Amino acid sequence: MNLLEIRDLRVSYRINGEDLPAVRGVDLDVQAGETVGIAGESGCGKSTLAGAVLRLLPNGTRVTGQVRLAGEDVLSMSWGRLRAVRWNTASIVFQAAMHGLNPVRRIGQQIAEPILVHEPAAGTRRAAARAAELLEQVGVPAWRVRSYPHELSGGQRQRVMIAMALACDPQLIVADEPTTALDVMVQAQVLNLLRDLVRERGVGLLMISHDLSVLADLCDRVAVMYAGRVVEQGPGGRLFTDATHPYARALAAAFPVIGDPASRMAPRGLPGDPPDPRELPSGCPFHPRCPDAVVVCGETDVRLREAGPDRTAACVHVGVTQEREGIR
Amino acid sequence: MASTATDADAAPGAQPGGGAPRRRLRAGTGRWVLRKLVGASLTLGFVLVFNFVLFRMMPGDPAKTFLRGRQANPERLAQLRDELGLDDPWPVQFGKYLRETLRGNLGDSWSQGNRPVVELIADRLWPTLLLSGTALVLAALVGIWLGARSGWRHGQAFDKGSTGVAIGLYSLPEWWLGLLLLLVFASPAGLNIFPGGGMTDPRGGVDPVLDTLWHLVLPCTTLTLVYIAQYALIMRSSVLDERYAEYLTTARAKGLRDDQVLTRHALPNALLPTLTLFFLSLGFVVSGAITVETVYSWPGLGLLSYEALSGPDIPLLQGLFLVFSVTVILMNLLADLLYPLLDPRVRLS
Repeated sequence: MNLLEIRDLRVSYRINGEDLPAVRGVDLDVQAGETVGIAGESGCGKSTLAGAVLRLLPNGTRVTGQVRLAGEDVLSMSWGRLRAVRWNTASIVFQAAMHGLNPVRRIGQQIAEPILVHEPAAGTRRAAARAAELLEQVGVPAWRVRSYPHELSGGQRQRVMIAMALACDPQLIVADEPTTALDVMVQAQVLNLLRDLVRERGVGLLMISHDLSVLADLCDRVAVMYAGRVVEQGPGGRLFTDATHPYARALAAAFPVIGDPASRMAPRGLPGDPPDPRELPSGCPFHPRCPDAVVVCGETDVRLREAGPDRTAACVHVGVTQEREGIR
Repeated sequence: MASTATDADAAPGAQPGGGAPRRRLRAGTGRWVLRKLVGASLTLGFVLVFNFVLFRMMPGDPAKTFLRGRQANPERLAQLRDELGLDDPWPVQFGKYLRETLRGNLGDSWSQGNRPVVELIADRLWPTLLLSGTALVLAALVGIWLGARSGWRHGQAFDKGSTGVAIGLYSLPEWWLGLLLLLVFASPAGLNIFPGGGMTDPRGGVDPVLDTLWHLVLPCTTLTLVYIAQYALIMRSSVLDERYAEYLTTARAKGLRDDQVLTRHALPNALLPTLTLFFLSLGFVVSGAITVETVYSWPGLGLLSYEALSGPDIPLLQGLFLVFSVTVILMNLLADLLYPLLDPRVRLS
């Protein structure tokens, strides 16, 4: 059984009486001990996807499809059951460098809080002791339980966020941009911490980031999202060295390759902006920005198809190129 | 799990054990408190000077004011000026004023049976504290509750209703609302259930505490209704500001109930501006509400000010001004000193 099983997930926000589709039919699985990455530009729906896992989206958001967490359907759960599942089965690591932590409450209180919510019998003192223990485990001195978030550096705050996510021993951790706004050294430390966590505790990790180097490094599998859909999915390390979908390729090319002066001097960006969810282009939503677009792209909406071993991509060229190469 | 962390990401100045940063924090706090104290003393000094100058610049002959329309021959007036020290040069007058004020002597009233001003003010202090203090605390409690609820349920019927009522009440003049309540609840034409003025029933015969509370109801309600809006509106807007804060999503993700997210996480942040307002308003508790005290003949400092003005009773006015300014300054100082205890972020900066 998959730890997290997302089937045909569709999310639309309701803003000023208008429905804005943010996620348009996503399938995704995460197994215990596996790290799955989601990549994409801002606005592609990756954070919405993260929010949908624990039903944390604002009131009035329409969510359809299936989100099964450890076998239970999150979307049809009662509120009481949902509250019990939150943090206990799956927890979230937000971008703590910004405002993920409450500015006027002590670190220790914030880490101990979910323990007391889910296990009231633990008592305040045991919860506090556990908070200190968790802090040490993520490499923050235990006396920091008495500190406030603003007294910590960005890297320490992110570690606190991770310690907090571990408080109830969850099976799944969703990390939403956990390394954004951290400098490279600290970023590497946080990533190592997450990697150890998956290895030693066997949790499933759903990692969301716009930074491909981070995902390529950490993830077993990566899904690239564009305009609310997964456009390519494949093994983490290789996806970006030989991407099939033109968007995934463009995304990979936007990051310079270390040791390659040519790519350093001329990092290739992607012209244009992500599409407005109110007026998605016809056919493949990427075709107006696509360097390989042909006439059919504006007419047919391509869904994910096989693109090699353990690899799917949503592009008309996928099967075709391979056939052509086969002929040649 | 073994962490590969180095201390590269430790906050500046932080050391394991916490001794050093904490000590530095305390030293910084001491300096900061001292700075606030010096600031308050300077303001106090300015008020002392201003209070002297203001009353010397008032038009009209103080000696004639003292006589309040009674006829007097020029010799009597000259003698009076001499008695009141009005013929002394300004620096001498100022020296005398400063010396007496610092000794706690604010002079004798010209109208209230020539009693010492300090004594008059002390007599009237308690009723004002009772009235304004009660109204302030009630208004803050009700206002915070209303504001927090309407901000949290923004745009719903409760929000629309309570915000509308709050703005309506805020725009009413307090004396007008006082008169209205007086007409409805304390006149023979209306319901006539509450006393129409004063603080106690002169006929006696009832428990004095209950009697005072009974007299307190109408003036206190008037003031509370007028004050509520400030708290409700400020609280509402700060809850609105916090409503989409990321740490609230964290709190929800932890499995907290909606009301727990509000009380444990949103309120501690949203309360800060409201508490500032509360402490600043504490300074005005003493000056109270001149108009409401007058409408209800509530024997407090507000009514005393009104009586002093109609004289005008210059020493009494001067004394009242001084007491009002000093309380505002002291309460501002208190607010400044308490704020770091409420908001940990202020402590370091």
